[in-house]
Amino acid sequence: MISDRQLPAADRRVQLMATCLCDAFYDDVARATVEVLEHLGCIVEFPEAQTCCGQPAFNGGDWKASRKVVRHTVKTFTGDVPVIVPSGSCAAMVFHGAPLEFEKEDDAPAVDALARRTWELADFIVNGLGVKTWPGKFDAKIAFHRSCHSRGSGTSEAAISLLESIDGVTVAPFGEAEQCCGFGGTFSVSFPHISANMGTLKLDNVRAVEPDYLVSADMSCLMHMGGLAEKAGAPLKTRHFAQILRDALNPATAG
Amino acid sequence: MANQPIDAYAASLPPDKRESVYQSTKGTHEKRTKLLWDHFLDPNELRQTAGRIKQHVIENLDTLLPAAEAKLQANGVQVHWAPTAEDACAAVHGIMDARGATKLVKSKTMVSEEIELTPYLEKRGMEALETDLGEFIIQIDHDHPSHIVRPIIHKNRREIATSFEREGLGDYNDEPEVITRRARDFLRQKYLQADVGLTGGNFISAESGRLVLVTNEGNSRFCLAAPKVHIALVGIEKLVPRDRDLGLLLNLLGRSATAQQLTVYTEFITGPKSPTQPDGPEEMHVIFVDNGRTEVLASQCREILRCIRCGACLNVCPIYRQASGHAYRSVYPGPVGAVLSPLLAGKQFPELADLPKASSLCGACNEVCPVDIPIPDLLLRLRDKGKTEGAPKASIGVPPMGGWALMASQPTAWKAALAGGKVINHIPTKLIPFPPLQSWTSSRTLPEWRGGSFRKWMKNRPSK
Ligand code: SF4
Repeated sequence: MISDRQLPAADRRVQLMATCLCDAFYDDVARATVEVLEHLGCIVEFPEAQTCCGQPAFNGGDWKASRKVVRHTVKTFTGDVPVIVPSGSCAAMVFHGAPLEFEKEDDAPAVDALARRTWELADFIVNGLGVKTWPGKFDAKIAFHRSCHSRGSGTSEAAISLLESIDGVTVAPFGEAEQCCGFGGTFSVSFPHISANMGTLKLDNVRAVEPDYLVSADMSCLMHMGGLAEKAGAPLKTRHFAQILRDALNPATAG
Repeated sequence: MANQPIDAYAASLPPDKRESVYQSTKGTHEKRTKLLWDHFLDPNELRQTAGRIKQHVIENLDTLLPAAEAKLQANGVQVHWAPTAEDACAAVHGIMDARGATKLVKSKTMVSEEIELTPYLEKRGMEALETDLGEFIIQIDHDHPSHIVRPIIHKNRREIATSFEREGLGDYNDEPEVITRRARDFLRQKYLQADVGLTGGNFISAESGRLVLVTNEGNSRFCLAAPKVHIALVGIEKLVPRDRDLGLLLNLLGRSATAQQLTVYTEFITGPKSPTQPDGPEEMHVIFVDNGRTEVLASQCREILRCIRCGACLNVCPIYRQASGHAYRSVYPGPVGAVLSPLLAGKQFPELADLPKASSLCGACNEVCPVDIPIPDLLLRLRDKGKTEGAPKASIGVPPMGGWALMASQPTAWKAALAGGKVINHIPTKLIPFPPLQSWTSSRTLPEWRGGSFRKWMKNRPSK
């Protein structure tokens, strides 16, 4: 929907949209995102008033409620520097979902403007900043889950190529990679049976390649799959790719 | 908290049924993908081009339909217009009546399911017999198709053998060859006795009036060999502008539907038999069926009218794979059905308002669709419609969003909630009266709540 994406300026100032999941559960992922961006010479601003991208209500079908939250987000992320999101799903909400639900609204131009400068993290690093390889070292076999809301964007290819460039990392392909993990936001609670079955099928495919970590560009998928694995009594280590990038820079402290 | 109806249906599906639907959809999907990428440099470019052609069609029906009508008539075809399902059934009945016809043989057509033609004719003392093997089995079982291309995807051969035995088509035998031969023997007689052959239409070229039919069993040819009358039921959106558009669409259709380069039989029909031809129907009728399509055209979801009924979106859909087709309670199941069925239901929309919810919005359907229909966007628009119109079925099991939206648009409230959420670390989730939480934890654990930790870190670290 939004295609003419705005590139970063020379001073590399960016705004971080941390996402509500990182705000509530995954602070380390947001921290890793900041450290990765700073390693690349970015100056990271964190607009304090940020909350959520509005996706839960958008997907849930309550567009009126969602637009209220999107309006708040638009008001919070002022200026014209790139907005970086460590989530393919929340990024897609800003650059695809929000413009869709604002098609007939008067303030659509402001929503479109935010959409044009919003990037998912891996896509930004590789296709925005032009950084193709990652330094450091990290010994691990990784199964990379291509989150669905990154379909049609540069995210998954970018994240996989960065991970593969790290000394010590292998990314192991697994079966039925195009299938959804079953999270789907409110879907996961209104379709608990199907959602859990989808997740179990995904986990079976992932486990078949015996990875050290299940990695993704979306914590929501990992929260669902990790939670399923743990509940089933067979926990699986999950990481956001930003955590791997950060840990590769500091092999001594990586865990 | 109650589950959505399709989730409840999936939970009640016997595991062996689910497994057979899963394996056969997965198999077709994977073959399809391989075939497309083996044969074409950029299948996505082809899908997008095909999508633009069909989008052009639905945006220009006002000129293309009269053009097609004129060509069809010039070819000797009688054209009928059926605004409703009832009109379409009546048109078929009228044609049969006028010739004193009582026996009709049918090649597979989803539109005839949609308008419920068979019960209509049977009630009026006429016979309408399915000749596609899958549809034939559905008919003798008084069942409904559960897939738009493979109607009996939910049945195994043991069930089919039992049905054949019950219908007196021979002793129990579940060898596929035997089943096929018995159906063939039975149907051969019926073809010869039939007065009318009824087909659908995959495409009609507005340029030439050619009707294109694709099948894999060749039964449509038999339907048009002996009977003196051919009736084609065609949705008004089935046009292509030019004959040359068929090259692309047929290439995509066979691969997307059944992972074949081309379906086994592709027929181009230009009218009734000419005086010099030894056989074939003397009369040919095309009934253009609207039945709610112009309303779809006027809606926010008109792109769904590009659909060429290949079934690829069903095959790739993780929800269809778990729930199978009957879960959708309508003629068109799966992702295409989740959009089309509630729209075609018209005033009965609320009855099917839950179908657009049956998706994780993963987008796999859009990725495989040969005419590149943005199905997830359409599902989302219908969710908004369900909510705006207050359809109760749309909101089963979905947490209310009003309070959340209020909180998420006020930073102070948001920060307070981040701090307050910590209770879930200390209280067993069972005791927290928030149904979505129970639904979540029924099969998953919840990570530790660390609300606000990142903000603290960000604020307190030495500035760089
Ligand atoms: S919506 Fe697309 S993929 Fe689904 S049946 Fe129609 S043409 Fe095929």
